[in-house]
Amino acid sequence: MYRSLHEAIAVAEREGKPLHQIALEAEALDQGRPIAEIRDALRRALVVMRGAIERGLVGDLYSNSGLVGGDAAKLQRSTAGAVAGSPFRDVLTRALAVQEVNAAMGVIVAAPTAGGAGVLPAVLTGLAASRGIDDEALVDALATAGLIGAVVADRASLSGAEGGCQAETGAAAGMAAGAATEMLGGTPKQVGHAVALAQQGTLGLVCDPLGGLVELPCVFRNATGSAIALAAIEMALAGVEFKIPADEVIDTMGQIGREMDVRYRETAGGGLAATPTGRRLTKERLVQIKRGS
Amino acid sequence: MVSILDIIGPVMVGPSSSHTAGACRLGLLARNLVGGTPERAVVELHGSFARTGEGHGTDKAIVGGLMGFRPDDDRIRTALEICEREGLDYRFEKTTLGEESEVHPNSVRITVERGDRSAVMIGASLGAGRVLVNEIDGYPVEVHGNHHTIVLVAEDVKGSIARIAGLFAEDGINIATLRLTRKHRGGDAFMVIEVDEQPGEEVREHIRALPWVKWAFRLDKVSA
Repeated sequence: MYRSLHEAIAVAEREGKPLHQIALEAEALDQGRPIAEIRDALRRALVVMRGAIERGLVGDLYSNSGLVGGDAAKLQRSTAGAVAGSPFRDVLTRALAVQEVNAAMGVIVAAPTAGGAGVLPAVLTGLAASRGIDDEALVDALATAGLIGAVVADRASLSGAEGGCQAETGAAAGMAAGAATEMLGGTPKQVGHAVALAQQGTLGLVCDPLGGLVELPCVFRNATGSAIALAAIEMALAGVEFKIPADEVIDTMGQIGREMDVRYRETAGGGLAATPTGRRLTKERLVQIKRGS
Repeated sequence: MVSILDIIGPVMVGPSSSHTAGACRLGLLARNLVGGTPERAVVELHGSFARTGEGHGTDKAIVGGLMGFRPDDDRIRTALEICEREGLDYRFEKTTLGEESEVHPNSVRITVERGDRSAVMIGASLGAGRVLVNEIDGYPVEVHGNHHTIVLVAEDVKGSIARIAGLFAEDGINIATLRLTRKHRGGDAFMVIEVDEQPGEEVREHIRALPWVKWAFRLDKVSA
């Protein structure tokens, strides 16, 4: 697989192919599997992603601790007028739905991680629904997202314990922004700018969940991460360019992660987890989990 | 090498790809070392695994993996109850495996026993469900679980590689990669062999039966 988006974009331009094609060809070569088989696996992932969204929208799931749940349904059924347009609210709703299922130990696709699993399906299926885009194009978009995530894994990290939330919902926002930009007709270069624009917006984001549980703020960070992805897509498709190349933004994320204090890397030692309310809720809820109620 | 399907996946029971899915895969790999569900397991959690594992279901996921459940198996949720029926006696402890700068924050040491077999494995969950086994019975290794793998320690005798390659060929198994290291000339040779097809237990037994092989483990692929 490619270790640089710059290189992948150069190959795509030289061969006149979209990035998803370049990604699928590299994967087929690496793994010794036919492209059709890889697409089948991505199609199965899409089915699970959709299933998680539908499950979450029922609105009856709560996490073991009871800290999160029911908000996706609340947003979907809200009678308040959508502030920033209906596809925007729809994307946020889907992101919450997937994360609520995840927090309740339901089945999701870790893309790239479980803690950041809401962003990619929300952005891709939300935009596809509003634009009438078919499933094969969504499968292509998942391949592009996989390429971007592989580059992030290789150059930086996809682990909150190593790099903070910038490596989870931040990486997911970069993947979703790049993949959706291509899905909506962007060029390989525009995909690069979309990744850079999304990832720069999440630099320094800490991983500070209450009690270390993938619940609060994780569920909501998937919604705000999706919002950052949408902002990046809007700008990239309009031809806005981010002057620092995506690879260097990703490297920066990795560097910041390595320098990040351990309290902000999924240890519940700092950030929102260490607020007075965060500490109180953690104490109450962990007792509840131990009781198994 | 990172695969697209590692990134868009695994399909898994929540809530954490590192603390749930990766933990489950480490349990699966430890199970392999004794050829089935262990009778006894001591699981020592390090770093973030130790600090936040409970809320992420890390305990359920590792125990589930030890019983052969894969990361998308619903039974992970009730693994701690199921293991009583399966005859798995487990104990969790918190430990420090080394300096924070040198040991991955999501690391674990798993000691497993089954019949007359036992093994100690140290591994880490790297994020996005990817895992790395760093050490088996005190020997440093690098096994990612992306291939079916045989790990062995042998005396440094001439023709050992040819003999072992021959055993795989007889069983119709293709070798993908082979790494050989030894501490010094004539010292123990350490081999990590990744293969394309799943080797049966008899392949491991044939290798183990070679007079100059000290031990051999089979680690089945755990990635998608």
